[in-house]
Amino acid sequence: MEYFLELFLGGLTRGSIYALIALGYTMVYGIIQLINFAHGEIYMIGAFTALIFASVLSILGWPALAIFVVATAAAVLYSSAYGYTIEKIAYTPLRNAPRLSPLISAIGMSLFLQNYVLLAQTSDFLPFPQLIPDFEFMEPISHIFSSAELAIVLTTVIVMLLLTYYIKFTNMGKAMRATAQDKTMALLIGINVDRVISVTFIIGSSLAALGGVLIANHIGQVNFYIGFIAGIKAFTAAVLGGIGSIPGAVLGALILGWTESFATGYISSDYEDVFAFGLLVLILIFRPAGLLGRSETKKV
Amino acid sequence: MLEIKNMNTYYGNIQALHDINISVKQGEIITLIGANGAGKTTTLMSMSNVVTPKQGEITFLGEQLLTKKPDDIVKMGLIHVPEGRHIFPYLSVMENLDLGAFLRNDKAGIKKDLDHVFELFPRLHERRNQQGGTLSGGEQQMLAISRALMAQPKLLLLDEPSLGLAPIIVRQIFDIIKRINKENGTTIFLVEQNANLALKVADRGYVMENGHITLEDTADNLLANEDVKKAYLGI
Ligand SMILES: Nc1ncnc2c1ncn2[C@@H]1O[C@H](COP(=O)(O)OP(=O)(O)O)[C@@H](O)[C@H]1O
Ligand SMILES: [Mg+2]
Repeated sequence: MEYFLELFLGGLTRGSIYALIALGYTMVYGIIQLINFAHGEIYMIGAFTALIFASVLSILGWPALAIFVVATAAAVLYSSAYGYTIEKIAYTPLRNAPRLSPLISAIGMSLFLQNYVLLAQTSDFLPFPQLIPDFEFMEPISHIFSSAELAIVLTTVIVMLLLTYYIKFTNMGKAMRATAQDKTMALLIGINVDRVISVTFIIGSSLAALGGVLIANHIGQVNFYIGFIAGIKAFTAAVLGGIGSIPGAVLGALILGWTESFATGYISSDYEDVFAFGLLVLILIFRPAGLLGRSETKKV
Repeated sequence: MLEIKNMNTYYGNIQALHDINISVKQGEIITLIGANGAGKTTTLMSMSNVVTPKQGEITFLGEQLLTKKPDDIVKMGLIHVPEGRHIFPYLSVMENLDLGAFLRNDKAGIKKDLDHVFELFPRLHERRNQQGGTLSGGEQQMLAISRALMAQPKLLLLDEPSLGLAPIIVRQIFDIIKRINKENGTTIFLVEQNANLALKVADRGYVMENGHITLEDTADNLLANEDVKKAYLGI
């Protein structure tokens, strides 16, 4: 039973991280029907930014929790700037090009960012300091659920609630929903669609950066390649849930997290990816639009 | 109020509009008629700057539109109900109407205009919590016009409001268009393939063929014009 609980909580943690990243994929897709393949790299850059800030601040002797707050804020800011700039450089000029062009541009951006970090940093794994202290009240269950994991799950829950409120009730949130449903009409009611797209990239990048910092803190190391793996998994989660759907991304991420966790725990860790992608194939066969996705209705 | 001068609009290398000249005076109902593919929709999209003309000038209330973004044009009161209605399918009737007032902040004024459109189209009030995509074609057209009214139009562009609707609904919608013009003093630019209907409500009209304006006259003269009769009125 305790083993089951451990796997359940482990899956929840994984799922939360996937959800933070998957939201960026799904929101961008919802607005401009583009798979932003460079999104995983934004997550990786978030983790590296936090590492750099954490290293400097710990030399200055700051307490861990303060370092965590500042490093996270810096990661969110840097990643947002990257996300915003990527959209302006790699996607805006191709807004009216055939659909394949921005996709290729996205893959190019992803490779460029990976190699840029590889050259600027190193190909080795770098140790990431533990910034979130082990809470005393977590002591009794820390062998199956650590404080770092609790931070991941809690942060994700809070972020989801804030995002839901933002999309549902703020003007920008309404503009996002309108733009996702009908871009031409969004223009004709006076929505600044370019701004909506920029804000979408900034929000997606911020969430990915948050995920990057939290996971780096939990695992204790980073390298230039972490964005690629996490990106593919989160993308899988987004497709599983129905790309373009926000609740779908969260649901897909949780299902993926639990599938991986239980498959690893009860069968073999060698098969983690086989189960993840096998699940995706099954869903795509039986529900091509994903669990909560809307099947392509023809637009008039 | 609106002056289009020597406007040329292209899709890629293909020229869709040739040397268009149109003028609209405050308070008028103007119609633009023409066959499918003539360039009517492109003319409206050029005014809203969703498609940017390559050459020419568009002046609205004394200001140049070509350098303005679509949202600035909406802010000026040039409101466009596009062909095909473009209702947000997964938003409720209320949310669609609310988005019509996207650029407004005057809560009281918005409430007043909401009451006004519900009075014009009581059916929308009955369906206010229904998703836009589940409405019938006629209801969607009512919603599209109402959503535009929520933006307080000074000039209302209507692209084929009769398209695909039953005659009784079309009559109802055209009555409302006349009312909007009379009671609110809103200037109306009406694009139609249904020339007979359009010329009956309009003050003046333009005829478009293959991207060119070929005729321009009062609606009564156009209704009596032999060429127009043959080509567009099926007489
Ligand atoms: N988005 C577009 N891309 C390329 N060509 C277009 C586009 N929209 C319209 N056209 C072409 O421009 C011409 C005018 O079309 P349109 O303005 O829609 O005519 P109308 O509204 O009078 O039916 C047509 O030949 C049409 O094929
Ligand atoms: Mg048309």
